[in-house]
Amino acid sequence: MTPYRVAVHILPRRGILDPQGKAVADALHALSFGDVRDVRVGRHIVVETSAPDEASAERTVRDMCERLLANPVTEDFSIASVEAL
Amino acid sequence: MKFGIVTFPGSNCDYDAYHAVVDALGEEAVYLWHKDHDLRGADLVVLPGGFSYGDYLRAGAIARFSPIMREVIAHAERGGPVLAICNGFQIACEAGLLPGALLRNASLCFICEPVRLRVENTDTMFTNQYRRGQILRIPIAHGEGRFTADPDVLDRLEGEGQVVFRYVNEAGAATAEANPNGSERNIAGIVSPRGNVMGMMPHPERAVDALLGSTDGLPLFESILARVSA
Repeated sequence: MTPYRVAVHILPRRGILDPQGKAVADALHALSFGDVRDVRVGRHIVVETSAPDEASAERTVRDMCERLLANPVTEDFSIASVEAL
Repeated sequence: MKFGIVTFPGSNCDYDAYHAVVDALGEEAVYLWHKDHDLRGADLVVLPGGFSYGDYLRAGAIARFSPIMREVIAHAERGGPVLAICNGFQIACEAGLLPGALLRNASLCFICEPVRLRVENTDTMFTNQYRRGQILRIPIAHGEGRFTADPDVLDRLEGEGQVVFRYVNEAGAATAEANPNGSERNIAGIVSPRGNVMGMMPHPERAVDALLGSTDGLPLFESILARVSA
């Protein structure tokens, strides 16, 4: 077993109102970042775990996302990185 | 009738629920600790409001894995009644007992105020003592009460009469202004397909004393009794 650090991005699903993202976008516009079209605010979760190989570390964290870390009704997740420690 | 009221770490409406059941309704209630493995003979389970596990990750996301929830889910699968209020509603959705999810209020503000609800379906074990279309005055107190589900799920809820309460204005109209949290279609409370699990963001247990401004929550508890003794 090798230790891995797996990072996950979790974002509100497109089409679902994200009031935090909208508030941040409004604030960016107020700061003259007029080109900002959309902001979504989500979570970044870093899990350290052990697995036989990189693929299985990623598979395990996907399973964690489906069962706990993300809500399949309202959120999308993606594996941002998998690194051996 | 025996009500089992679950206390999670961070629950804060368990005493209000106990007061509603024991003092206002005159029935028996027991507290069920989240680490318990049995329902201690409860006929109905209340998942009360609060901030279980500090709302970490998502409201209700951690509480659904409490040991007691395994028993609550089994109870619901047997057709046993579950009343899930506020944080309890969030937990019930996370546990898959009810469809949809509850997200941050559209205003991003925690809202604590009385709201008006319209009773949409009186043919449930939780609402049979109300009149269809009756307007209730019941408080809300939440930061994450924006009910959300896929459009086809929402259509099914509407079609099957599972939408039980809707936020409305004084005239009884479900307007955007009367929607405190941005819930889809002004939905404030729903029941499961079998009708034995009810989830609602407003607090009926805080509306059982005239002294506290409203007794509109009491018929909800009386409905449960009426159905059981019927």
